[in-house]
Amino acid sequence: MVDQQIVLRAEGLSKKFGQLEVTREVSISLPRGARHALIGPNGAGKTTLINLLTGQLQPDGGRIALEGDDITGLAPAARVRRGLSRTFQINTLFPDLTPLEAVTLAVLERKRSAGQFWKRLAGHDETIEEGYAILTQLGLGEVATRTTRTLSYGQQRLLEIALALAARPRVLLLDEPAAGVPKDESAALFQVIAALPADISVLFIEHDMDIVFKFASRIIVLVGGGVLLEADPETVRSDRRVREVYLGHGHG
Amino acid sequence: MTTPVTTPMTTPGAAQVEPRDWLRRRSRWSPFEIVFWLAALLPFLVLPTYLPLANQVAIAALFALSVDLILGYAGIVTLGHAMFFGLGAYFAGVISVRGWGEPITGLLAAGLFAGIIGFIVSFLITRVQHLALIMVTLGLGFLTYELANAMHWLTGGTDGLRGISTWPVLGQFRFDMWGYTAYAYSLAVLFICFLLSRRLVNSAFGLALRGIRENVKRMPAIGADHKKHLRLVYAISAAIAGLAGGLLAQTTNTVALDSLSFERSADVVVMLILGGTGRLYGAILGTIIFLVARDQLAGINPQYWYFGIGLLLMLVVLFMPKGILGFLARLVERRN
Amino acid sequence: MISQLTIVLFDGFAFGMLLFLLSVGLSVTLGMMNFINLAHGAFGMFGGYVAVTAMRQLGLPFLAALPLAFISMALLSVIIERTLFRRLYGAGELNQVLFTIGLVFVAAAVATFTFGTVQQVIILPDWLRGSVELGGIRFGVYRSFIILVALLVTAFLVFGLERTRLGAQIRAAVDNQRMAQGLGLDVERVFAITFALGSGLAGLGGALAVEVVGLSPSFGFQMLVYVLIVVSVGGLGSITGSFVGAALLGIGDVAGKYFWPEIGSFLIYLLLVAILLVRPLGLFGKR
Repeated sequence: MVDQQIVLRAEGLSKKFGQLEVTREVSISLPRGARHALIGPNGAGKTTLINLLTGQLQPDGGRIALEGDDITGLAPAARVRRGLSRTFQINTLFPDLTPLEAVTLAVLERKRSAGQFWKRLAGHDETIEEGYAILTQLGLGEVATRTTRTLSYGQQRLLEIALALAARPRVLLLDEPAAGVPKDESAALFQVIAALPADISVLFIEHDMDIVFKFASRIIVLVGGGVLLEADPETVRSDRRVREVYLGHGHG
Repeated sequence: MTTPVTTPMTTPGAAQVEPRDWLRRRSRWSPFEIVFWLAALLPFLVLPTYLPLANQVAIAALFALSVDLILGYAGIVTLGHAMFFGLGAYFAGVISVRGWGEPITGLLAAGLFAGIIGFIVSFLITRVQHLALIMVTLGLGFLTYELANAMHWLTGGTDGLRGISTWPVLGQFRFDMWGYTAYAYSLAVLFICFLLSRRLVNSAFGLALRGIRENVKRMPAIGADHKKHLRLVYAISAAIAGLAGGLLAQTTNTVALDSLSFERSADVVVMLILGGTGRLYGAILGTIIFLVARDQLAGINPQYWYFGIGLLLMLVVLFMPKGILGFLARLVERRN
Repeated sequence: MISQLTIVLFDGFAFGMLLFLLSVGLSVTLGMMNFINLAHGAFGMFGGYVAVTAMRQLGLPFLAALPLAFISMALLSVIIERTLFRRLYGAGELNQVLFTIGLVFVAAAVATFTFGTVQQVIILPDWLRGSVELGGIRFGVYRSFIILVALLVTAFLVFGLERTRLGAQIRAAVDNQRMAQGLGLDVERVFAITFALGSGLAGLGGALAVEVVGLSPSFGFQMLVYVLIVVSVGGLGSITGSFVGAALLGIGDVAGKYFWPEIGSFLIYLLLVAILLVRPLGLFGKR
């Protein structure tokens, strides 16, 4: 039953903005090693759901548990330290830092050593090596010492993922990882997603159906804030309601 | 976490980046720096009549350094930091008036006092952003000014604190009329604080501060308690500002309400923009330019000073937003 | 005692109305474009100088000098916005603060050069001088006039915001600039008009303030802190907020100086910090 162990469980999440119900009784279970995709038309509440899971938004109702522990009341940074990491749909990077500095910072924060103002940064040997290793694994080794703002868009999307991986997450939430990435750079991105460690549970939002059907073992369809369907790819692909509601709208 | 299965994706034959070396090189001492600090000794040899001015510059530069830590590195816009300068000045002044005139212990006590107040204030500062933050720092600065004014039994009010006398430094070096001891003392404190600040900005903590400045939204997402970082740097900055104020009290034997004034808070921010924020040396350079220019121009005609500094500010913001040092740094980069 | 209190409230409210005229423009433009314009007070200053000069050199009556102050400052603001401010909209708070402070310095220097440092005096028409007695208390006529003008302006603004198309556009731009732009609103044009209106009102306020507060090249600095307090406490982008904030500050300032001269200012700053810590967006702030 170890394979079936649920790492992230959300039950009955609800959220309203004024009169608008953006999340309606959503429940999600991510087992260890999951590769689940979250799809739905624009405005379905996908990013809102991610924000609820990470703690940027507080739900009006429902609970969230990470490896059995209730994290519903925890601040976002605390959830990251427990192993729940995310990437952003719009690059949220450190423009004037180099990738090496950015990832090293993320590792330092994980190790709680970022407050050491008396020790030279260059002296944190293991941390720097770990940061650099993450970058090389994602193919960013050569640009590690170039300023982030000078990287190509595809490289920046990879850096987004690198920053999330630096936290050694057990659960990884990817918000449209391929958004805006040009065709010639998306191969590298696909490789990275395929190479994600097998024991990390991944939930990714995607509009690009190629990626979804290629990587997802299970698909959750979100419409109007509520779960329309959760099933394996074949069932979702052939479901009439999904076609109407989502695929019929064209790409978002 | 199990190690990933794939091999690293580097193209064969590509140059290998040695990360630790690269980071080490970034914090190495450049020859310019050595020249700069040697040049700081010039007033002793070449321009002894300017020693009092040099002393003022060193004190102001230390204050500017403290503000650079929070403004340039962490991105906290403050228009009220003179409160810590003044608190340090009055603290050092008052204990001297009450009988303890030993400079070094007095100075450290003043810095500690300002640092503690800074730590308390930091809890307020981290609750607000943008205009509210600017206004809270402004309000606290004015508050402290009014408080000092009202407590004239302790501070001397508008007349200023009288009766300060500072004992010889290390028991040996008396404060002389020409200002040799004063400048040496201030310069030494400035240099030590500079070394400490330099180590701080080149540490993991400095990197975290830059992360906050670059994108505060990402910080919680990498598990950072950024408010804790901000409180720490704010307290350190307040302590250093307090040291600068203490130097003023001890080397000039006067403390007046202007040490807490809004003008002082605003001037230091102007100095930082002139020199360039986030570079430490920008703080010192901006101070030198500002004070020397004011010394020369305001003497001729205060109008010219206001017009000149106003125009310079506008030009720097429009065309050299990273200050003079930033501008020079970019020139050097382009040449390489 | 009651009469003292009433006079203090009255004088305070009148001062508050001056502050309202001087601040409302900044509040709305800050709420709209997030552009921190610390030079706003300079428009007040030059409005005062325009009024004084027009009366002295051109012999204009007081009532004609007021609209002249308004119009001249509105026009000046258009020029300044087009040539200077436009470049700084994305420049970040610190740069905006410093640029506009530099502008205040330059404005003060120009004013000193042109008019000297001496306090300017305005000669009010007879019917605005003196005081009126009501219930045993003497109320200043001029201060009543200020209150009247400010209330008329407020009514005009509120009506304009609620009933006119431009008003709707302004409200939309303050509420959500990106969305308004996406709906086809020419945000730049709306902003330019709002900025002109706000600066014009500041000019009017400055002209009215000469008699009460005086006028010298340091007017921009003196009023800066007051204006910032009104705007930050009242809330960005809110006319109601500016009105309430200005009234509170005006009354608080006058009452403080009258009843507790030792710690009057201290209490105001304490309240400022306390309010902002509890409500960082101001009492009526939206974002």
